[in-house]
Amino acid sequence: MADEAADLSAPDAQLLARLIPPTPTVWDRYNPLTKATLAAATTIAALGLGGYLTQGLLFAALVLPGAIAGRVVWRVVRTAALVTLPLAVAVGLVSVFTRPGLTILFRVGPFDATLEGLDFAARVVVHLFVMAAALILFGATTSPRAFVVDLERRGVSPRLAFAIGAVLDTVPAIVERAREVLEAQRARGLDTEGGLLRRATSILPLAGPVVVGALHHVEARSLALEARGFGRPGPRHLLWAPADTATERAIRWLLLVAVVALVVAAATGAISHAP
Amino acid sequence: MLELRSVSYRYAGYRRLALDRVDLTVADGEIVGLVGPNEGGKSTLCLVAAGLAPGSIGGVLTGAVLLDGESLAGRPTHELAGQVGIVFADPASQRSGIAGTVFEEVAIGPINLGLPVDDTVARVRGALAALGIEDLALCAPDRLSGGQSQLVALASILAMRPRHLVLDEPTAELDPEGRRLVEDALASLARTGTALLIAEHDRQLLASLGARLVAIDGGRIVPAEGAAA
Repeated sequence: MADEAADLSAPDAQLLARLIPPTPTVWDRYNPLTKATLAAATTIAALGLGGYLTQGLLFAALVLPGAIAGRVVWRVVRTAALVTLPLAVAVGLVSVFTRPGLTILFRVGPFDATLEGLDFAARVVVHLFVMAAALILFGATTSPRAFVVDLERRGVSPRLAFAIGAVLDTVPAIVERAREVLEAQRARGLDTEGGLLRRATSILPLAGPVVVGALHHVEARSLALEARGFGRPGPRHLLWAPADTATERAIRWLLLVAVVALVVAAATGAISHAP
Repeated sequence: MLELRSVSYRYAGYRRLALDRVDLTVADGEIVGLVGPNEGGKSTLCLVAAGLAPGSIGGVLTGAVLLDGESLAGRPTHELAGQVGIVFADPASQRSGIAGTVFEEVAIGPINLGLPVDDTVARVRGALAALGIEDLALCAPDRLSGGQSQLVALASILAMRPRHLVLDEPTAELDPEGRRLVEDALASLARTGTALLIAEHDRQLLASLGARLVAIDGGRIVPAEGAAA
């Protein structure tokens, strides 16, 4: 790609440079694969390591610096909290009242709320929060397009790129299609106002056409791509690709080695009592 | 030259023939306008002529579809890209969803053909210029109007420089100015020797392109005079 860029005229090179998604912060400028590796390593570490202190250190060492550098601290914390909240409520209710323990905090009817149950629920929630924060940091500072192009540059099939694009596009497409169907049905007198039950009974029968329409859309799109040589084997010369450096490659390998060591240590019981 | 010799086609899971013993020839540089009622077989004929049926969507085909005398039978669809292109009526379904700009969207075909970057850039610039939409190059493909999207879809195919082009109601979503741009682009394509098969309700467009009319109804070629548009 770099060699090919040297063959381009100045206006063409400038044009291609403008195709690259903006990277407003230092963290955005890191290679998408590096950020993906960091997010995966943090997630696996958060899953495998024990106590509050370790989780706090993971967050402070592997999530917070990126969030600060990417200027997304509030977004990461808020979104991770929102994602974790429903699970926290569910896990809290189940664990606090059903987990046996010696220290009873209070009683609700026949159920005892135990300190051990509360501790277990809090640990689960902290684990989930750190995992969610790591993934949200990746999502908040990485252009999906840059990630897909980077994977493609590394030899991942363009079909995967299409699959990711189709998945990302499916939800808005379904919402748009649902809006169209709903408006069309309203114009024919469908009552979509009133109570929740009334709205649900009015709208649910429309789900079938909406989903079928969305599937048809994906099928038509894949057909159009086939006609543009999508499945053709052989080398492809991309217009641009995110920058990558030797340092980042080394960081990725280090993270990979650390994750493997962690998994081995967890499997052999060496870190089962991390604080 | 694009030829269909006694082609019959049935969609997978259907008993009824969608095309019934169709004979059709589109010579190099010729524009053939395919007219007929809805559900008459126009879109199916487009899919068959472009090698997508049965190549990509299945079904059963008898007879022969030939590009420059070479049969399409058994050839994978991606092998045909660059030889025959197809533009559909609905621009939204032709958008890849994986490109951030119009320039990248149009570049997908040339990239898939394995062209070097400078060739791809030249082709994309040429295709956008041919349709007068260079100013859309850095726009997001999902933020365009229906007419602009259709022009981008057409540019995406033109960038592959196919010798045969199949268009299924290409101006259905265009305003008069967009329609004129497409009309000019198709006329100039025909002058370069490209064979054009255009399924279109708009007979005025076909007439202004000097297209030879072929009518299809019930999956069969019928006399063009008096056939429903």
